[in-house]
Amino acid sequence: MPFSTEMTLAWLIAGIVLYIPANLLPVMHTSGLLGEEDSTILGGIFEFWRAGDWDIALLIFIASVAVPFTKFIAIGLLLFTVRKNSRWEQHQRTVLYRIVEFIGYWSMLDVIVVALTSALMQFQVLGAAEPRAGIAFFCAVVVVTMLSALSFDPRLIWDRRA
Amino acid sequence: MSATPTPPSEEELPTPLVQNRRWIPRLVWIVPIVAAVIGISLLIRSWANEGPRITISFLSGEGIQVGKTLVKYRDVTVGQVSAVVLSADHQSVVVNADLSKDAAGLLKADTQFWIVRPRIGVGSVSGLSTLLSGVYIGMKTGTAKLGERQFVGLENPPALSHGPRGLELQLHAPRAGSLAIGAPVYFRQFQVGRVIDENLLPDGSTRVTVFVDAPYDAFVKPVTRFWNASGIDVKLGADGLNVQTESLAAVLAGGLAFDDGPTDAIPAAIVVPGEFILYKNEVEAMAPPDGDPHYVRMRFAQALRGLDVGAPVEFVGVDIGSVVAVDLGYEPRDKSFPAIVTARLYPRRMGQAYEVLAAQGKTETEETLAAFVGTLVSRGLRAQPRSGSLLTGKLYIALDFLPASPRTAFDASVRPLELPTVNGSFQELEASVGRLVKKVNDLPLEQIAADLHTDLKDLHETLSEVHSRVIPTAVDALSALHGTLDSADRTLDVESPLQRGLTETLAEARITLQAVRELADYLDRHPDALLRGRRPQKMPQRPAPSSSEAKP
Repeated sequence: MPFSTEMTLAWLIAGIVLYIPANLLPVMHTSGLLGEEDSTILGGIFEFWRAGDWDIALLIFIASVAVPFTKFIAIGLLLFTVRKNSRWEQHQRTVLYRIVEFIGYWSMLDVIVVALTSALMQFQVLGAAEPRAGIAFFCAVVVVTMLSALSFDPRLIWDRRA
Repeated sequence: MSATPTPPSEEELPTPLVQNRRWIPRLVWIVPIVAAVIGISLLIRSWANEGPRITISFLSGEGIQVGKTLVKYRDVTVGQVSAVVLSADHQSVVVNADLSKDAAGLLKADTQFWIVRPRIGVGSVSGLSTLLSGVYIGMKTGTAKLGERQFVGLENPPALSHGPRGLELQLHAPRAGSLAIGAPVYFRQFQVGRVIDENLLPDGSTRVTVFVDAPYDAFVKPVTRFWNASGIDVKLGADGLNVQTESLAAVLAGGLAFDDGPTDAIPAAIVVPGEFILYKNEVEAMAPPDGDPHYVRMRFAQALRGLDVGAPVEFVGVDIGSVVAVDLGYEPRDKSFPAIVTARLYPRRMGQAYEVLAAQGKTETEETLAAFVGTLVSRGLRAQPRSGSLLTGKLYIALDFLPASPRTAFDASVRPLELPTVNGSFQELEASVGRLVKKVNDLPLEQIAADLHTDLKDLHETLSEVHSRVIPTAVDALSALHGTLDSADRTLDVESPLQRGLTETLAEARITLQAVRELADYLDRHPDALLRGRRPQKMPQRPAPSSSEAKP
């Protein structure tokens, strides 16, 4: 696949850039009798954690923080080693690539949660939830990193150039 | 390929024409660039929208929640509380709030912030919506030119939160009475404004700030007089009972009223526009200006119980001043303790008399006034304590002409002027009552009582004698009389022998008398019968009485 590394790098950078607003902007807006609130991904994690729902907090953390970072670092590492023409742990790096490819889909968990909540929680004055711009950025991050992983040619790991 | 036995050397090979299609993969770089542009534009936008962060210190942070409590201006959200911390000296709560960018223009040096909580007062109920939604921070922009980011919050909401049109006035009074912030201001019993602030000035007097709403502020003129309309004014006058009040709310929460004062007298004391004097009541407010007071002193050789500070001083029935002090003096000459009364007189209250006097130049200086008072004293002007009310026993000082009073010296050079006095009429009354009481005292009451006692004892003895002796005798006599009457009754009964005997006797007596009458008749006709005896009678019907009977 021609220009594989270049395209992978481009998608990767786009993903990292989009990840910043995805975390800073609120992903969901909830309003109810007792006021209204904008929640960000990290804020949501902390809220769940403090409320004692550590399992949910952990799940969201893995899906929306751990997985994207894993992908960024893993793809970055792969690109770096390919560029360096490294022969280091070629087999393990291929496994890493497969893992990255596999976990890519699971980052959509957040997006699905927001979509479901917004669709189900519509009680007008009593309570309502709406998606906010952050979730769109998060969705873009997931798509772009998947594209990044797809554009990477794992054969390059085994390529031997002078 | 296989036709050629030896591979051509690298030099022989034609250089493959590599089509330089680098622009296609280059296209992929648009993606991170677009992402970066979006991210940066978001950053710029949020940075551009970033409003000012302000700090407000309150005494208490009751009900304030980080991230939830809003800052509202005219009930529109302009910001949000981002942090609540204690101040460094732990004396107050510092609230950080992020305001929207368009609210930055509202932040002046005198912008006010306060916490809106539900409040229920006599005059109004406010902030009920915060019962459900939680408190919020109210905001009122100021007029100062300077901006500011650090504020001290008000503990109570300002009376005027949204700067309505109208007139703000300062009223000065020695005491505010029972005024509350928000108390109504009336013009002819029509509410036109309210009290928005009260301050205690460093000199101890009070300054009341009132706000008169827009269309009615035209009624406030330089001659306007303000007075305290709190409470109920009950007057019992010659024309009956008069109860006056502005409204029930004014009775409860206090209130102010204003109206045009006497048009001819513009008080010169008010030099600052928008500043007025707050009078105690309507009468005082509407009274013409008193002018400068003059002080006089009076020595009374009597106790002045019931003479209070503030008691009126009346000159020929006109209230011209009041008592400011009642002291006990000591007179070494006769070792007496006279009461020294100091009074403040307003000659201007004499009205027309004052004008005439002023025209004559008698009021120009203290000296001329003192000389004039001297002539009045020589005509008999005296100060006299009088009883203002028999019910309360309160006294007032009357300045009156009493030509019969003994002449006294008047020193016109003493300051304050010392007016000669006479004892009060109530004292004379007291003296005569005293004399009466003394006379009553002098009566030999004890002796009278003793005599009376003896007499009563005698009477008692007499009565007991009557009881023990006379009454039994009388009872005996009465029973004897009863027996007598009884026997008399029996004697006189129809069936009694006496009665019957009497009846027979009477019948016989009648017969006898009849015979006697016949004899008398016979003798009348035959007087000779006395000598010759009876002759035969030719009387056929009448039976002749027996001769035996006829013989007397």
